[in-house]
Amino acid sequence: MSVSGLIQLLLFPGLLFAIPAGWFYVWGEHKSVALMQRRIGPPMLQPFYDFVKLLGKRTPQRRGIDANLLRLWPALSVLSMIGALALLPVFPHNGGFAGDAVLLVALLEMPSICFILAGFTTGSMYGEIGAIREAILSVANNLVFLLSIVTIAVTGDTFRLSGIASNSMNPGHWIGIFGILLCIPAKLRLNPFSAPSAEQEIYSGPLTEYAGAPLGLWKMAHGLEWVALTGFVSTLIIPAYGPWWFHVIAFVLLSFAQVLLLSTVSAATARFTLQSAIRFYWRWAAILALLVAASAVYMRYRG
Amino acid sequence: MSLLKSLMKTCRSKSPWLFHLNTGSCNGCDIELITCLSPRYDVEQLGIHLEGSPRHADILCITGPVTRNTLEAVKATYAQVCEPKVVVALGSCPASCNVFAGSPMIEGPLSKHIPVDVYVPGCPPHPDAIIEGIARAAAILAERGVPEKEKA
Repeated sequence: MSVSGLIQLLLFPGLLFAIPAGWFYVWGEHKSVALMQRRIGPPMLQPFYDFVKLLGKRTPQRRGIDANLLRLWPALSVLSMIGALALLPVFPHNGGFAGDAVLLVALLEMPSICFILAGFTTGSMYGEIGAIREAILSVANNLVFLLSIVTIAVTGDTFRLSGIASNSMNPGHWIGIFGILLCIPAKLRLNPFSAPSAEQEIYSGPLTEYAGAPLGLWKMAHGLEWVALTGFVSTLIIPAYGPWWFHVIAFVLLSFAQVLLLSTVSAATARFTLQSAIRFYWRWAAILALLVAASAVYMRYRG
Repeated sequence: MSLLKSLMKTCRSKSPWLFHLNTGSCNGCDIELITCLSPRYDVEQLGIHLEGSPRHADILCITGPVTRNTLEAVKATYAQVCEPKVVVALGSCPASCNVFAGSPMIEGPLSKHIPVDVYVPGCPPHPDAIIEGIARAAAILAERGVPEKEKA
């Protein structure tokens, strides 16, 4: 692995940046919702306090549940998110390999798969219902997500992330970004797509039986999901030219702007039923995405 | 080592997650507890969070005089809250059975069955009193730590 790859994995936008950033984004979400409701909201370090406190809880051995498997899913989510962050083309002229967009899509999907498997591992009724909901929602939103990425890749004529990121003038590119933005609330399980962890119906869904450090790891994975997904959109928006510090500042500011946008949508909407969520993604968004992807492919091979 | 301990104390006191259990309450105290989460009182600024699962919680808030039907639920829920944990008895019912004292259907007071750390008296208690009770419980939680003999 090259030095720049190592820097991306460990420093920016990887481990050292992403964990505090994840906490900051989660705080930003809670704080902005609180301000919209005319409350004061949690202090900035709240996600950090929660994480450290959870590390200090005693989690007793449970009968009938494989404890190692229970710990494996959140750990796998955290690792795949760090991997996804290391792939993000924050510095477009730096590193990357052919087809890394496909690997990024796979890594971004890992927390969802782990969430589903965690629901079934716990054997709890709420966990299983939450896992099934997450599975259905994942099938629903991934159609649009993948079509959007295909649109972006075809307009840029590459599946290499650095190539995709530096192609920001084409209209197909911007429609693809819009499609990805439509899918992010479902991937982060935010309102109106919060059915898998609907606290008023199924407590915490697959996380109901989790406690202590593994629960803390899930919270961390969720923060990293925020950083990776909003970061991915940011890298697609930021133009390829400019010095490295411009890319870093633009990356952070654009990601946080998305956090505020998604929190506003989340605070302003009620929870969709699964049927409505599927109808939203498959009937409206998917038809639109399919048309755009098809026209992008047509334009590419006609000229 | 002491630095880690003080960090853990701070984090425990600033992140008390609640689990609310109704053991036959008239709903008076329940409504007052939920009021604390509303924008007027906004307990989220103290890091207080109402959780749906007792496994996520640090503080067990119990309302009601513990009826015969709910006794097993009280014991099971108490066992499910992970150490360190604190129990808060909300209202007069769990403390003294209130007007239900002497009824053959009542198994209270709560302290007969599980250790209670903080009592918040009142029928129902004012949200301010509930918040103060939870803040005291959070202070107890910070000092408590995991019992030595039960460490994994």
